[in-house]
Amino acid sequence: MTTLTYAAALDTAMAEEMRRDPRVYTMATSPSAALLAEYGPMRVKRMPISEATMTGIAVGSAGCGYRPVVHWGSVTFAFMAFDQVVNQASKIRYMFGGQRDFPIVFRARYGNGTRSAAQHSQTGYALYAHLAGLKVVLPSGAADAKGLLKSAIRDNNPVVCFEPSRCDPLEEEALAGDEDTLVPIGVASVKRPGSDVTVVALGYMVYPALAAAEALAAEGTSVEVIDPRTLVPLDVETIRQSIRKTGRLIVVDESAPTCSMASEIIASVAEDWQCCRMLRAPMRRVCMPAVPVPFSPPLEDFVLPDQTRIASAVRDVLGYTNG
Amino acid sequence: MYRQMVMIRHFDELALQLLETGQIHGVVHPYCGQEAIAVGVCANLRTTDRIVSNHRGHGHCIAKGADINRMMAELFGRRDGYCKGKGGSMHIADFEVGMLGANGIVGAGLPIAAGAAVAAQLEGSDSVAVGFFGDGATGEGPFHESLNISALMKLPVIWVCENNQFAAETPVAAGLAPDNVADLAAGYGMPGALIDGNDVLAVYAAAQDAVERARSGMGPSLLECKTWRRYNHAHRGAPPPDRRPVDLKAYWQARDPIPAFERYLQQRGFLTSDQMADVGLSIDQDLAEAVAFADASPYPNPEEALEDVFA
Repeated sequence: MTTLTYAAALDTAMAEEMRRDPRVYTMATSPSAALLAEYGPMRVKRMPISEATMTGIAVGSAGCGYRPVVHWGSVTFAFMAFDQVVNQASKIRYMFGGQRDFPIVFRARYGNGTRSAAQHSQTGYALYAHLAGLKVVLPSGAADAKGLLKSAIRDNNPVVCFEPSRCDPLEEEALAGDEDTLVPIGVASVKRPGSDVTVVALGYMVYPALAAAEALAAEGTSVEVIDPRTLVPLDVETIRQSIRKTGRLIVVDESAPTCSMASEIIASVAEDWQCCRMLRAPMRRVCMPAVPVPFSPPLEDFVLPDQTRIASAVRDVLGYTNG
Repeated sequence: MYRQMVMIRHFDELALQLLETGQIHGVVHPYCGQEAIAVGVCANLRTTDRIVSNHRGHGHCIAKGADINRMMAELFGRRDGYCKGKGGSMHIADFEVGMLGANGIVGAGLPIAAGAAVAAQLEGSDSVAVGFFGDGATGEGPFHESLNISALMKLPVIWVCENNQFAAETPVAAGLAPDNVADLAAGYGMPGALIDGNDVLAVYAAAQDAVERARSGMGPSLLECKTWRRYNHAHRGAPPPDRRPVDLKAYWQARDPIPAFERYLQQRGFLTSDQMADVGLSIDQDLAEAVAFADASPYPNPEEALEDVFA
């Protein structure tokens, strides 16, 4: 059985899509050596550290029929290019009345949990999810990483692909099927079925959520773990269906809670009366406290959600008995 | 070229009138006074060449061959406008003629123009891209990044700075360390030229050199065209007070590009004053038709606000 690391899966997706479509090209400040060797400097552009202009070049060339993939490195650096995303990439198709499509993929890593301190440890995806006109994907495993990045490259819209650094070394069975096997954008994945509590976990948080579910199973608690995989458009229906069954929701998001994806997911559930009627406990966010991520291991471990905090939140919501 | 210059002048003066009478909404940044630049540059371009404009974009649209009926309909916010009423004055684009859009963010168009030049390189064509921007854009980081990257990658791009000497109300000298924008070209290893932006023939000749250079794979050039906008930076309803120095205004308005070109055309015997008057009349006729076209076009249905976000 073939297994692939998360990082290798992303590289494979890039190589396959560049092979498939000559309009796909990529820009990065540190491009992949393997891609550069296979496709040469015209299609694998080594760029100076000019995120704003790299991003604008993607917008301009996409409007001329190309399909650029911009590797921002970390999302931290992508903030240098925020104008080109907020004011250009996300709005340009709409402002110009749909005259052209802008098929662009932006790749952004984030380093929570890697002892990288505040600037390199912030998820950022909620900022991008907030902008009408962008799709946002957040794969947690190798198969989804490959399948979603391939879908993003084939999508005719700007898509931001968030890649948690902690997922890089994780191995998973490769995506079954041929080079045209994709993971669709906008479809959540039920990682573990359960009946007592729904835990929606984002990005790397899927792993401590699964570990908590495993530990709680020994206590007789059945936890359903859902990985949304795509943040925009969000697969609200899969989450709502789960809550109609369990009546309890916890969202695990290693971001500060204010205006977070966790808040958005809870709001989407709260707006559905069928879900509200089934709730047996308050919905709960397991997020970071609203502080920048600190460097020192005991400090960082204290602020990031982990298996213990997720399990404790599950026990907490099970403590409401009026359902 | 003469006809286009007069068309731009009359189009924007009409737009200001329509703004005052409330027939068009929002804000207009009139291009009047700078016509020689868009026209002199674009006269060297083919339809397959691409330009990127800034907030003061009507002149660039007309010079690149956009349809004045659809431009006017966009100003009116109507369905037959270039952007189906979603863009307005500051966001007119016509990708079919290589006009990749006006842009409300100062300096943001330069990276996009660099992207059009990258596309030309990837195509293996001899198409070029032109990035038009004002003197105010030189304060933005992406201006410097774009110059650097274009030189590094030898992009087929012509950077055209329309230096109208005031970034809104801030004089150039208060915002830029070197005396001239063109001085920056040397630092990025590309040719720079300082041109009288009110002399359409001078602009044409300088742009011709730069375009040839770009087409033959020799990389970017920076043209600084010194000019003057006749009206305020931005107009919304009644015109705001003009705070630019009166003597400077008088000096530059005496150097208006259209009368200057008219004197040249007359002296050389290319056009008589009667013929020039006829050009003006025929343009006004076309503009009256554009207004009629715009006015006859329906407003979009409110629900159309929800369309065109995604492909």
